[in-house]
Amino acid sequence: MSANPQLDANGALAHLLTLEGLPRAIILHILDTAASFVSVAEREVKKVPLLRGISVFNLFFESSTRTRTTFEIAAKRLSADVINLNIGTSSTSKGESLLDTVDNLSAMQADMFVVRHAQSGAAHLIARHAGAHQHVINAGDGRHAHPTQGLLDAYTIRHYKKDFTALSVAIVGDILHSRVARSLVHALNILGTPDVRVVGPQTLLPAGVESLGVRVFHDMRKGLAGADVVVMLRLQNERMRGPLLPSAQEFNKYYGLTPDKLALARPDAIVMHPGPMNRGVEIDSAVADGAQSVILPQVTFGIAVRMAVMSILGGS
Amino acid sequence: MAARIRIRGGRLVDPRHGVDAQRDLYLADGRVVAVGAAPEGFAADRTIEAAGLVVAPGLVDLAARLREPGFEYKATLESEMLAAVAGGVTSLACPPDTDPPLDEPGLVEMLTRRARSLNLARVYPVGALTAKLEGERLTEMAELAEHGCVAFSQANAPITDTQVLWRALQYAATFGFAVWLRPEDAHLARNGVAHDGAFATRLGLPGIPAIAETVAVGTILELVRATGTRVHLCRLSSADGVALVRAAKRAGLPVTCDVAVHHLHLSDLDIGYFDSHARVVPPFRGGRDRDALRAGVADGTIDAVCSDHTPVDEDAKQTPFGESEPGATGLELLLPLALKWGEEAHLPLAAALAAVTGSPARVLGIDGGHLGVGAPGDVCVFDPAAHFRVAAGTLRSQGKNTPYLGYELAGVVRYTLVRGDVRYEAAGERG
Repeated sequence: MSANPQLDANGALAHLLTLEGLPRAIILHILDTAASFVSVAEREVKKVPLLRGISVFNLFFESSTRTRTTFEIAAKRLSADVINLNIGTSSTSKGESLLDTVDNLSAMQADMFVVRHAQSGAAHLIARHAGAHQHVINAGDGRHAHPTQGLLDAYTIRHYKKDFTALSVAIVGDILHSRVARSLVHALNILGTPDVRVVGPQTLLPAGVESLGVRVFHDMRKGLAGADVVVMLRLQNERMRGPLLPSAQEFNKYYGLTPDKLALARPDAIVMHPGPMNRGVEIDSAVADGAQSVILPQVTFGIAVRMAVMSILGGS
Repeated sequence: MAARIRIRGGRLVDPRHGVDAQRDLYLADGRVVAVGAAPEGFAADRTIEAAGLVVAPGLVDLAARLREPGFEYKATLESEMLAAVAGGVTSLACPPDTDPPLDEPGLVEMLTRRARSLNLARVYPVGALTAKLEGERLTEMAELAEHGCVAFSQANAPITDTQVLWRALQYAATFGFAVWLRPEDAHLARNGVAHDGAFATRLGLPGIPAIAETVAVGTILELVRATGTRVHLCRLSSADGVALVRAAKRAGLPVTCDVAVHHLHLSDLDIGYFDSHARVVPPFRGGRDRDALRAGVADGTIDAVCSDHTPVDEDAKQTPFGESEPGATGLELLLPLALKWGEEAHLPLAAALAAVTGSPARVLGIDGGHLGVGAPGDVCVFDPAAHFRVAAGTLRSQGKNTPYLGYELAGVVRYTLVRGDVRYEAAGERG
């Protein structure tokens, strides 16, 4: 259990499970490769033959149209064969175990698994179980990690801000349940960002969050002061009222990104959101659609980043 | 009829009587009949040569799940009783979380009868405190006690209704019964799968905060103060929990407590990359908590170290961490892990052995865990210097689930005697 589960014996990427502990060189290699794919999308024929003959299985135990679609587009642009499986809860209700499902798909000559699962560590489990020639990409596991989202966020930040080593990045909202926040924090720290902040009420911050390498703010106005990048997180519907928060309205008032709060960040600050957005809850439309928003470019870059990850894993 | 047995040339370690010296031990009619010199006219039917070995009281384990009735696919009484004697365990208390739970005299009687017929370790059933462990209706405790229950417990299903807990303690106190409670506030622990700290945050695992334990300890101690019930707190996991018990004992409350032996060694970091074998109840906490548990056993705040033996079939561990079934197999690791703790804490061998022999026997209220003349002939003869590698193939328990898979541990049991008879003897041993 001690060996790094996502690197092979030569230190090359065998799976992408988390950004934590990844060498900086590998992250930069992915970002540079992604840059070369951004232009593919602008061509008339949006395809390159890098993964011809490779079978990519999208294994979504938790439904997500958006992320699954971007992985599908990325794989198709690399000329891979893509098989989508929305397993949801149906396989568990049929009594088939996660690893049985994986075994069955392996027998169908799967080369790559893109896995989303509600349980933290599910992608690690599959990677441990997979055959030597198979690659696992974590497309989100519980609260743990969403590494391609972290990479596309890093890509977006690099695109607009060039250099990580002088940046202040504020991540705001439901940190407790967010795999997006965890992956972005790891990426930013590995890339040398000196000031990473998390902002939220105590109920939405996990225990010992400072140990991830962040500064904690409960007051959003202080947390945004002088920030170069503001990353808003999605607040799940079911968490807007209950023991964690009293109401969406109160959350919006104190932790929603409004034009007046954004004015506290640097004037050239960019605004990001992993989507899908709750307009009027964590972000106001005026900001989401405003000049500082880079939310749609994030989606475009996301495809290039996922192409980069797949081509690096499958093309070796 | 038990044979007359001489155990010759071993290092006899009997913590209760302060013995740690080379002494011969003589057993007849199921009991210790002499220590040192043979009684007059003693003709041994069998002599066990114990030179280089430690001769200790058989281990007393306060928590070993035998999985019968109800969970025979995880383990059977026979497999686990064999594991017990292979681990040097001669007496064990089994928690009531069987299926159905041990809440009726018939179930208890069936279990004790089955255990007796196997004639291996002694089994002490802990009865359910409430019907079906649901925390609502009291069980017929007096009746259950007549059928052999030594205490009453909720196993890992804490009573959430404090009124019911109060009444259950009052009722138990009426008859002088002991109540064993694992302190956990079910609301604070809800949905959690790992210690609520920086490591669970990194892994994105829902946390069980240490206050889930301390809030419950506080409530239970207040109820003990009010009712005078003898309460044994099971499986402490936190530094603050240990501190509360220490203060309560100092104040004279009738409380005892135990810790699972793996909690003396491991912390939340041992989850590593989501190793489901490190999913246990209560969860492994931080290094500071582990150190406080070790200190608590050393200074006597924690009365006993148990295995918390929980065989789980491998399928139930081959899932994502949060969906895996908690628990670790432990009967065969109790001795080596207790020895490892004692050595690391620079304690005499007798101190390490006391925590798994005489002290738990006192909690259980049985005559055992010592080797004075007249004591039950329950003996564990082990080689403290021999090592073994923990592997699925070397464990007799049907449960192969332990975070220690692959570890080398010192302390190999050579002979286990129960009621004066050899009930286990390691392959290749022949005294």
